[in-house]
Amino acid sequence: MIEVTDLTVRYGGVTSLDGMNLHFDSGVCGLIGPNGAGKTTFFNVLSGFVRPASGSVTAFGDDLLRMAHYRRARWGIRRTFQTEQAISALSVYDNVAMIHSALRGSARRADVLAAIEFVGGGISPSARVGSLTAGQRRLVEVARAVTGKPRLVLLDEPAAGLPDTETEHLTGVIKNIPEHTGALTILVDHDMSLVSAVCGTTAVLDFGKLIASGPTAQVLRDENVMRAYLGTAEVI
Amino acid sequence: MIDTAGPKAPPSPRLLSRPDRPTLTRAVVITALLLLALFALPPLMNGYYTDTMTQVAIYSIVTLGLGLLVGRVGLYSLGQLAVLIIGAWTGARLLFGTGQPFILVAIEAGLVTMIIGSLITLPALRMRGLYLALITLMLAGGVIVVEATLNFPNGGGGFSGYNGSTVHIPSIRRPSFAGTDPAYYRFSVIVAIVMFLLVFAHLRTRPGRAWAAIRQSEPSALAAGINTTFYKLWAMALASFVTGVAGALLAGADRYLYSINFPIQNSIELLAVVLMGGVFSLTGAVIAAFLQAFLPSALYQLWGVPDDWLIILFGVGVMQVLVTAPGGLADQFPKDMRRLYGLISMLWRRPAGAHHAGAPASGGSALSGTASGTKGGDAT
Repeated sequence: MIEVTDLTVRYGGVTSLDGMNLHFDSGVCGLIGPNGAGKTTFFNVLSGFVRPASGSVTAFGDDLLRMAHYRRARWGIRRTFQTEQAISALSVYDNVAMIHSALRGSARRADVLAAIEFVGGGISPSARVGSLTAGQRRLVEVARAVTGKPRLVLLDEPAAGLPDTETEHLTGVIKNIPEHTGALTILVDHDMSLVSAVCGTTAVLDFGKLIASGPTAQVLRDENVMRAYLGTAEVI
Repeated sequence: MIDTAGPKAPPSPRLLSRPDRPTLTRAVVITALLLLALFALPPLMNGYYTDTMTQVAIYSIVTLGLGLLVGRVGLYSLGQLAVLIIGAWTGARLLFGTGQPFILVAIEAGLVTMIIGSLITLPALRMRGLYLALITLMLAGGVIVVEATLNFPNGGGGFSGYNGSTVHIPSIRRPSFAGTDPAYYRFSVIVAIVMFLLVFAHLRTRPGRAWAAIRQSEPSALAAGINTTFYKLWAMALASFVTGVAGALLAGADRYLYSINFPIQNSIELLAVVLMGGVFSLTGAVIAAFLQAFLPSALYQLWGVPDDWLIILFGVGVMQVLVTAPGGLADQFPKDMRRLYGLISMLWRRPAGAHHAGAPASGGSALSGTASGTKGGDAT
């Protein structure tokens, strides 16, 4: 459960998030919107890279904004980035085990190996990430996101640039994240077929404001949403 | 029965870290070289080269520390000369002022340097790239000014341990078991080995992985729960510690320390040789030490070339590294050798008439040599 209230982020004169309100319960939830709508900014607020001007974010009863950014991973926030961030110099195992979690010793090892197995793609834990294909490296990032008891998984355009077959595989993986980990998963993507395939609930951002939220199919048919995407009118 | 392994065990990270053949080969080569340096070399060298090689051993610790900062954490520090001066000063002061064993003094010099080095770079850690380089260069300048005023200890009293007399200056003492130059050379090599092992142990464990994450991307490291400031400070502390130990060693090697021996241009030279040697590997640190301490002496001794010429050579070298060989000599040299080997074996086989069998095979090996080294990875 995540509850966002009146979240505002300003970069100088630009208001990137403008009193955003959002409520997600559980499962995989989509967050969509045109370029510049504030989706990644929202993720950056959750990660602690951006300090909001005002507003609050409560997740599972904890005030996220009060936590130091590097502590949020221990709390259970996991995230992937638009650009690929798997560490090419380390092995797949070390990449995934990097996430600082409460688990230690053999429990941690089992958890890491389970995460690598969960994402599939025939990735060997001992392989060096630099030697993998782009699709496999994406999966390693997803594995990093599902290891060590995550509570909130943020996926920022995980399917960007992937061929259809790999997107299909990734779709299945993302769909299973809540069941595998129990984490609330938020997916940002422009691929509407991916969003409608995995997200039960979807929210739409435009100019830093929430303009629609609800069951995915319903939201995608919403007139305001279509207008926002086609860019024909300012939504009031 | 061929299959004696039994049922396949599930992949375990312990098994994964079992050394493969290249690692073993490398270990054997390194051990052989070290044995050569420790036992075969000293009887062959005259006094001049014994001194020079002692400097190489000591400077390899300095370049090890700087390589750690640049290659693992992306901190371009021009202040390592200042850190070395602090270590040398502290070491000399303790050697004059106390009767403690040399090794203990070296460790203490390392610890003092670690604390001072970490404290003064703490604010600088918020910066990266050019600004960090500038701040650390100013730090080096500042330390050199302070040091020139304070002077290195020469057996005098008070905090500075300096007296202005020019006669009867006692020399800085050495350990009792390493009083002679060859013995001190061996001692320096052994201390250098210990420092390399210390850094190696860090690279293979949690801090090493955290540094790899920070080098790849700081936001991603933060998102993975890595306290990047803490781990950068750790890298700085470790680099300062080993450099401080090197400073104490240098005090014992030179026996008399003068500020004129630490010109500020050495700050920049150090970064240049570290980049040229290769920042992604420990071998690079050794190569850098040879460039810094051996090359000038050898050029001067053999051909009378003044070492100012090296500045030009280093400038070209750094340019070449930045443009074509980010892994430095440590990465580039084996690649070139493999390519050369491929070329030679191709030429060798052609006259034998094995046109279609020989040429593609050797061509392939040359190609694979290129491909395997394209990422200036984690060769240690």
